[in-house]
Amino acid sequence: MKASTRQVDGVTVVDLSGRITLGEGSVVLRDTVRDLIGKGDKRILLNLGDVTYIDSSGIGELVSAFTTVRNQGGELKLLKLTKKVHDLLQITKLYTVFDVKDDETQAIASFKK
Amino acid sequence: MKIAGNRVSYTLDSTLESVNRAEQTAESMAAKAGFSDDDRHRISMAVREAAVNAVLHGNAYDPSKKVRVAFENTRDALVITIADEGPGLCEQDVPDPLAPENLLKQSGRGIFLIRSFMDEVRFRPLEPGTEITLIKHVPGNSREHTEEAK
Repeated sequence: MKASTRQVDGVTVVDLSGRITLGEGSVVLRDTVRDLIGKGDKRILLNLGDVTYIDSSGIGELVSAFTTVRNQGGELKLLKLTKKVHDLLQITKLYTVFDVKDDETQAIASFKK
Repeated sequence: MKIAGNRVSYTLDSTLESVNRAEQTAESMAAKAGFSDDDRHRISMAVREAAVNAVLHGNAYDPSKKVRVAFENTRDALVITIADEGPGLCEQDVPDPLAPENLLKQSGRGIFLIRSFMDEVRFRPLEPGTEITLIKHVPGNSREHTEEAK
């Protein structure tokens, strides 16, 4: 799994690609979010458009990232879910927990200023 | 690896590499059995989750403990068994991950996903360990088989 970050209008967009699974993928996501919070970046948009696979460990990391950012007074949203990831979040009843967006511009605009 | 007819079995170390191997074999066996793309994904993910449970929660990465995985392509279904040598699993003790108090917990969704993706799931206690059997029926074949049997 790869993760790269960019700043857009005060929001940190994290472009993720590959698999978020037990082991490397989950660790990369965890470390990326921790680093951002450590730097004071608390408005985070996780772009999952190129994430091909998430297992239950990956789901756990998304939940953990969400609660960690929220507990710090920030916001973490998800962008561009693939059908498989969308279905997974529906099955686990997490789709309504996360704020999920399809369009990046609209997603950026939806963060509190 | 042992191959006997339509049955493939492995004895694997308690590592993440074993989890990946079980997942890849599931994908391959599901493709050979004629499952759709969506079902192949569901089957391989269920196998991955069961293998993670065996390696992580069952054997706790103990190098002296093994995971036994078997895939059998019967006429009607793909039948997968995964056995660990851990302390045993009490299915009733696994919390419901959809309960409001558990929704934001980091873990505890594996068995729920396995049940969501497979047609039948059975647990059998071993001494020591747990064996889980996952069954996915091949669409159409079960009915044909039943018709012929009448």
